[in-house]
Amino acid sequence: MKRRNFVKKAALSSFATIIGVEIVFGSNLLEGYTPLALQDPDPFKMFKKNTEMVVLNDKPWNIEAQAHLLDDRITPNSSMFIRNNGLVPEDIDPNTWTLTIDGESVKNQKTYTLSELKSKFKQHTYQLTIECGGNGRSEFDPPAKGNQWTVGAVHCATWTGVRLRDVLEDAGIKSNAVYIGFHAVDKHLSLDPKKEPISRGCPMAKALQDETILAFQMNGEDIPLVHGYPLRLVAGGWPASVSGKWVNRISIRNKIHDGTKMTGTAYRVPCEPVAPGEKVKDEDMCIIESMPVKSLITYPKTGAVLKKGKSLNIRGHAWAGELEVAQMEYSIDFGSSWKTCAVEKPANRLAWQHFSASVNFPKSGYYEVWARATASNGRTQPMLLPGWNPKGYLNNACHRIAVKVK
Amino acid sequence: MSEQETFKALVKQIYRIFLRIFVLLVILGSGLTYYLVNPDLFDASSKAEVVMVPIELDEDRIENGIHVRTGLINAEGLMTVVNNCTNCHSSKLVTQNRMTAERWNETIKWMQETQNLWDLGGNQELIVNYLVTNYPVQKKGRRMALTNIDWYDLE
Repeated sequence: MKRRNFVKKAALSSFATIIGVEIVFGSNLLEGYTPLALQDPDPFKMFKKNTEMVVLNDKPWNIEAQAHLLDDRITPNSSMFIRNNGLVPEDIDPNTWTLTIDGESVKNQKTYTLSELKSKFKQHTYQLTIECGGNGRSEFDPPAKGNQWTVGAVHCATWTGVRLRDVLEDAGIKSNAVYIGFHAVDKHLSLDPKKEPISRGCPMAKALQDETILAFQMNGEDIPLVHGYPLRLVAGGWPASVSGKWVNRISIRNKIHDGTKMTGTAYRVPCEPVAPGEKVKDEDMCIIESMPVKSLITYPKTGAVLKKGKSLNIRGHAWAGELEVAQMEYSIDFGSSWKTCAVEKPANRLAWQHFSASVNFPKSGYYEVWARATASNGRTQPMLLPGWNPKGYLNNACHRIAVKVK
Repeated sequence: MSEQETFKALVKQIYRIFLRIFVLLVILGSGLTYYLVNPDLFDASSKAEVVMVPIELDEDRIENGIHVRTGLINAEGLMTVVNNCTNCHSSKLVTQNRMTAERWNETIKWMQETQNLWDLGGNQELIVNYLVTNYPVQKKGRRMALTNIDWYDLE
């Protein structure tokens, strides 16, 4: 055996030890090529994330922010949570990428290249709040299965693209259309090519909204690979799973889309409220649509120690799914009293809104600052956990930070 | 020159030619052998090659009661969990979830029905016992107190 090959084989068998699988055809690997799984084991570098982000899962990648990392008015990539159901695709060529519109309710099945999408349709930019349906899952008791998100599975970046409506109308929508469903190129964890990691969608009414776009840019640049490069469906205000990444096909369906994670208990809550831990039959689970009203204190970071007599300037964001936030309040006495504070209008519909306040503390001691948003329909955030559900979705309980006055 | 002398001269000439060929062969041969042993010597363009050979002496070593490669607690059933539950997804998905035996069994059934998980046979009980023993359900109530606060002075 040649020395070089020997070294390569020795190295590959060590790789196999680390990643726990044999690398099939490993000896045929090109010189200088390192298997992707090992290219950069540092997810913060690989995805250009703030090192204070929290890795919940590394296969598939699921990483969340902390409240204080979301202080920017427009969330930069470095603080954006990652929620993946499958494996991040490789070898994407934007020059050969196409999007096909098909389904039972399309008039003419059509395929567009990226450049056709960009040139044929008017481009729009919106700032859109995208929150994982399971954000806050970690607080449910009995615990709910899945990634244990705390507060950081939400972001509000700007997205540039073309309206889904314009593209669907160009292909033609039959009058019996009910739902759209997306398909994408990410691989299932089992590597079974017949399985899609996720294929969700939304009713036609949401698909046809001005702000529902097929985006090719995020914050003015190409969308980062892990966030859906080169084409992502963005549907603000709804569970982030509706905003499909790496989308290459959208089906106009004559029924509710039945792709992966549309059925069973995925992204569904009991149609009628249930007691904590109660068993719920699949047919009694209803699809989540708009996300609920919620807010986050992004400054200061929890744990601030303040000198007595000083006031504390707090700020953060509030959002309400399909709706607007009408009122923002905070409390420093565990909800005995609430003070209203200023909340700005959104940059556009479905963008989060910024609030701020100057908080005074009557005496030294331990405090918690709680924030509470109220939506335009009068619904407000609960201080306790909202209705328990088997999969731990829609926890919009008030966010709070700890403060000490000395 | 006699015929005999001519013949001797010819033999000498042939002998010299053979000797030269032999010497050349020895030089070439040793050069070639050296090249085969150390191919980079004659390659002016080749730079010093740094080959990272990660050395994992024991891929299943335990430190402080934790299986280093997966972060799982070292207890009865550990390797059965490692071998059956960390192939498709990360062990992090296992350790961050706290469930009762009933719900773990339901989850396994779901993975078998939808995610290509194989029949665990007699190992299923061992796996579920490992999970409920080492990752028991924690009571959280309707809202937990804030814990692990990292206090800092705010100027």
